[in-house]
Order: sequence, then structure tokens, then C-alpha cells
Amino acid sequence: MSARRLAISQPDSFQLSASAKKKIQHWIKKYPKDRQRSALIPALWIAQKDAGGWVPEAALREIGDMLGMAYIRVYEVVTFYTMFNLEPVGEHHIQLCGTTPCWLRGSDDLIAVLKRRIGPQGSVSEDGKLSWVEVECLGACANAPMAQISNAKDDMYYEDLTAESFEALLDNLVAGKTVDSGPQNSRHTSEPEGGNIALTGEGPYHDTVVYLPNAPKKTKMSVHGGAPKAKRKAPAKKAAPKTAASKKAPAQKAPKPKVIYTDGPTDGKPDDLKKIKGIGPKFEGDLNGKGIYYYRQIANWKAADVKMVEELIDSIPGRIKRDEWVKQAKTLAKKG
Amino acid sequence: MAQLLQDKDRIFTNLYGLHDWGLEAAKKRGAWLGTKEMIEQGHDWVIDQVKASGLRGRGGAGFPTGLKWSFMPKEVGNRPHYLVVNADESEPGTCKDREMMRHDPHLLIEGCLIASFAMKAHACYIYLRGEYILERQRLQAAIDEAYAAGLVGKNACGSGWDFDVYVHHGAGAYICGEETALLESLEGKKGQPRLKPPFPAGAGLYGCPTTVNNVESIAVVPTILRRGVEWWTQFGRDNNKGTKVFSISGHVNKPCNVEEALSIPLKTLIEEHCGGVRGGWENLKAIIPGGSSVPLLPKEICDTVLMDFDALREHKSGLGTAAVIVMDKSTDVVKAIARLSYFYKHESCGQCTPCREGTGWMWRVMERMVRGESSTEEIDTLLNVTKQVEGHTICALGDAAAWPIQGLIRHFRHEIEERIDNYRAGKPVFVPAMEAAE
Repeated sequence: MSARRLAISQPDSFQLSASAKKKIQHWIKKYPKDRQRSALIPALWIAQKDAGGWVPEAALREIGDMLGMAYIRVYEVVTFYTMFNLEPVGEHHIQLCGTTPCWLRGSDDLIAVLKRRIGPQGSVSEDGKLSWVEVECLGACANAPMAQISNAKDDMYYEDLTAESFEALLDNLVAGKTVDSGPQNSRHTSEPEGGNIALTGEGPYHDTVVYLPNAPKKTKMSVHGGAPKAKRKAPAKKAAPKTAASKKAPAQKAPKPKVIYTDGPTDGKPDDLKKIKGIGPKFEGDLNGKGIYYYRQIANWKAADVKMVEELIDSIPGRIKRDEWVKQAKTLAKKG
Repeated sequence: MAQLLQDKDRIFTNLYGLHDWGLEAAKKRGAWLGTKEMIEQGHDWVIDQVKASGLRGRGGAGFPTGLKWSFMPKEVGNRPHYLVVNADESEPGTCKDREMMRHDPHLLIEGCLIASFAMKAHACYIYLRGEYILERQRLQAAIDEAYAAGLVGKNACGSGWDFDVYVHHGAGAYICGEETALLESLEGKKGQPRLKPPFPAGAGLYGCPTTVNNVESIAVVPTILRRGVEWWTQFGRDNNKGTKVFSISGHVNKPCNVEEALSIPLKTLIEEHCGGVRGGWENLKAIIPGGSSVPLLPKEICDTVLMDFDALREHKSGLGTAAVIVMDKSTDVVKAIARLSYFYKHESCGQCTPCREGTGWMWRVMERMVRGESSTEEIDTLLNVTKQVEGHTICALGDAAAWPIQGLIRHFRHEIEERIDNYRAGKPVFVPAMEAAE
């Protein structure tokens, strides 16, 4: 085990941003009542992102208060888990894997690059752009050697590195250029280099099974989630899988009105959503921000949409139903 | 040459992410087919089928999954049941669950529903390692799709079973892959393993009956039920049935993940799927066949050994997570194991003295042995200390730290002794047998 302590020099003051607090509230909802402490690790991670890559002591107290925990319990957890940085880091924080599978593939060469450019591990480069630590296995061993680079935007894996490609990657990061995550050679993911041997061709690879085998009675199998519902929520086209993390609920296509208008109010002048009881200027702003502009849109919501929207605008669960937004919207849509 | 697994018999048909991971595409590949009908057969039917399949846990220990499920209380009392999926993939060499979560997430979600139903759980938490951030976002997006399509949530798949699935994450601690440490972590505490008994099936998450399963163990279940036990059991030897995703890393020409039948010869696996050992099979020095925790095997054994639980156990190693770490003759094998000793020292949670003190001690001695600054008697002392640590800790991390060193001494004692002699004679302590073929 490794001894980890809070930084001696701490900022004079620090407060979690409103959006960070909202995110933490979202996590708290995942656990049973009185088990909000379960949200501690996600909350600390959100705080670390909020504070620019490390966790100041003031944030620990704030989270302790939010979750109703003794501060010492929060300190105990933050010092146990190595992903929490207890000291400030560079704009791009590099976690380089040095465990045996990466070591066998040349992680020492990458460490030499980092030492030369940044200094011993734990240090931040003079311009504040880069910092690095050696970490234990990051679970991408078939794409060794590799590193995870965290910054304000994301925390991506950079795999199949060589000293040269790593150097170029760092140059681009420092210059503020965008860099592609994933394998830095010709590979797509963890298939063998030069083309996969298994899973060639288009697929699907096997015949559809019609009856459930081994069931006591002959049972025909069906795909649940019939077309209408599925279509309504059908995910938008996936971007190139390499970096395509779908960050939020997938955007919509097809039947009008769309659940979410991703390109702004493209279907005529937006309605005054404030006419719906329960929607004030703040919710209206939030809803517009998420692509919801029209009564007819809200009127078409089903339970799943309500749930999704509640999450999007961080409303208290049940509020939309309680205030009968959908019913009100139906009435308003007919009038309008 | 042994018959390789055919694409039509692969479960993870999007392992490489060459196709769309989304719901519609996953359905076309066979996910969510007949889920409702499987649930309609009842809790016991599901458990019996999984038992009959002989599926053994894919997370390392190889415990029969159906049997584990049957340990849960038959009736739900005043405490709810939970399924917790262990996606804290951290065993060095292992990188399979990651591919399943980011490329075939719907198989996992469907498996969560069926497994939870079998154990009468209405809620499931999937615990991902903290570093898997892209994977977490992808899995959450897939779960959102499944909710929107009514596949999970209230009356999941129209089966009448209410089921919620939540994503949780850790923050960089290998020990949280141990099931009770994982539960502690999920409760917002340090990840320190609990004493057993009580076992999680009696008192797990929040003190409620809980089963913890690996991602792969859960994700293969829907396909086993869908295609039938007879289909599944045609792969692998008795007691080692089914297919398995292998992660091959280290000195092969083409490291990769690949799903193969269990009991495939190790040599076939490497030659057919990974382009062979760097510099040819004769350039092979040793292989760690199941993730860093299992003892390594020298080339003589690798020539013929089969990749399954029992065959590897016969050679005093193990299948573990089926993460194959290959080392060619250029490898400083003592250093490779010393680096693993550092790993265990770093990841020990500090709860039990034999592990907290032992892992540090073993690492320091290993580092000296790398340099030859030791004595032949000390090799026996080291072996003795590994036996003192092994079996004397709450969880298996102590064992996992001891086994690689025991394997090294068992098969490469002569190399350590040679180094000690070289050091004393003032010669270079380690000369690679062959230059790395670049």
C-alpha cells in the first residue's frame, strides 16, 4: 500500500460549482434511501474534475456535508483510492502504465520520454501543461504500452504507443491541437494488427433461433420492444467508434414531433413553455437548452421520456408527473 | 491443427467494435431475443440451465456460476436481493470486459436482467473500475436505450418483472476486484475485504443477500439460454465447458483479444490468433497463462498445455482471467516478476499484516535478486516467506502476490542462482539470450 496525504498548501477557499453539485445529486438518487454515502467515490471524482484535476481539502468537507458523513470518513476514502490527485496537476495529466504487460512492450521508453520532458514522476512541467505519474495496470494490455491522459475535456486511453508516437502526441497536446485517442498505430481497437482473424465479414454471424431450447413447453421467442417505441428512441447515427462516446441520451430522428430538436427550434416558432404550470423561466431555459421547444413535443412524452427529461434538466423525480406537464401541454397544443 | 471456433459460435460478435454498439444493431446480432420467454420459464429454470451449462465464473476463481446463484435465499425476506456485476477489471494482462462493455453492452444488460430475475433481485449495480470512463459512458448510454425501449425498468421486456440497473464506479484500487472489497467500495468506504462468513449471499451489499459476478459470466448467460445448453457444452472439455475471451499481451507479433473455445491448446491460440511468438515459437521463454496472479509456465509446458481450468491447475498454475502474458527469450524474467511484486505491494489494502508487510518485503528482495545482490540461501527464505503470506490473509491478494514468485522459483531458480554467481564474480548479471526481434 502507498501512503498518501493531503497537500500541505491548500487554496484559501474553494466551493463546488452548481453543476458539480447537481451531478452529485444525480448520483445520490441511484442508491436506496439513507445510503447516499454510496455516492462518495463518484462525488469525489466530480469534485476533482470541478477543481481542475485535483481534490482540495475544502471540497472534501463540502462533500462530507452533502452526504452527511464525518469528514474523516471522506479523508479516509480519498487517500485510499489512487485516482484522486491530492496535489495540483498539469493541464494534461498523464497516467502511464508500467505494469509487466506494458513493461514487456516498452513502457520504459515512454517513461524516459516523460522524465526528459517533465521531470521525475509527480512533477508538473514548467509551463503547467503536463504532469505525469506511473500507475498500475489500466486494463488495456492487448494494446500495450499505453497511457491515460486526463484534462478538462476527457480522460482518454492512448494505446499502442512508441517513444516516437508518444512524443508527437505530447507535442500536439502542448500545442493545443486535438489528438485521436485509442491505438496510435493502424489498429481499430484490440483486434490483431493488420486485420482481424475472428469476426471477419459483416455479420450477424449466426442463424436466428426461433424456439427457446430446453424450455418445458415449446416456446416461440420474440424480440421485445416493438418498432414504434424503439423507433421513437432510436439512437442517432454513431460517429466513428474510435472516440464516439455517446455523452448523453441519444438524439432523435423520425416521427414528428421529435422528442429532442438537436439543431434548435427548426419546426417553427418556439412555444411559451412558461404557460405550463410548474415551468418557470429557469426550467424553460433548461428545456430549450436540451432541445425542447414545443407544447406538442411535451404532449407526446411517454414515461421513459419524462424520466430522461427529468435527468436532463435535473428536476426532482416525479415533478413532471405531479404537475401534469404532459396533460397541460396536450391542452395547450390543441389550442395553439 | 485443432479446429478453431467459428464466427457463428462466437457470443461477442462485436468484440472489436467494428459494428454499431447501439440497441437496434445489437438486436440484429441476436441480443434481447426471447428475453421475455426466458423469464417466463421461471427463476428455477434459469438457474437450472446455468447449472447444466457448467458455466464457471470468468473473473478468475472459476467457481460454478449456477451454484453460486443457488446460494441466494429462495424467498425474498425483508431485505431486498442484489446483483452486483464486477467490472473492476484490473488484473494485469486482462482487458476483455472493457471490450464487452464498450462494444457489446446490450449482452451485459440483458444478462443483468436474467441473472437478477433468477436470484429474485430487482436492482443491479455494475461496478466499473474508475479509469474506464469511455466504457462507463457507453454502458450508460446503452442502459438509457434499454430503459427507453422498455427492456429494463418497470415490467422489463413485458415480463412483469421490475428491474433497475445502475452504473457505479471506483477510483483506481485493484483490491476492489475482490468481491467483498467491491461491496465496501460500493457502500462508499475504503475497499478493504470483509471476513467471510458471512458470505455475500447471506449479507452482502447494505447487509442484504447479494451475488457478485464478473462481466463475462453475466454477459454470456442470455446466449447460453437462447442457443441452449447443448450448443454451449460442445466447446471445451468436461468441467471446462464453453467459450471464453482470451486477452493475449506481451511478446507476440499481434497482441489481441479473441473469443475461443475453452481447452484450446495454448500454442494454437498464440500461433493462430496472435501471429505467433515474436521471433518464432522457439524464441519463447515463459508464459503467464491467466493474469498476473497465476504462476508462470516455462516453454516446455506451453508446448502442449490446454487453456482451461483443470489443465492449467495440473501444472500448478491457473486459467484465472485467461489473460495470457507472453515473454520471449529477450525477457528478464526475474525483473518481470519483480515488477508484479511491486504491483502487489502497491495494491495491498493494508488490512492484514502478512500482506501489508509481506508484499513490501518480497518486492525488496525481488529487486535485489534482479541485480544479483543476494545469496542462494535467500531464495529459500523468499520461498518460505511466500508460504507464510499465502493463505494467511482475509482475501486472496496475499496468495496472488506469493504465487508469481513461487512460479518463478519453481521454474527459473537456476537463473536467479546464475545471477547471484555473476554478481559475485563481477560479471554482467543478465544477458538476454536473444535480441528482441523488432
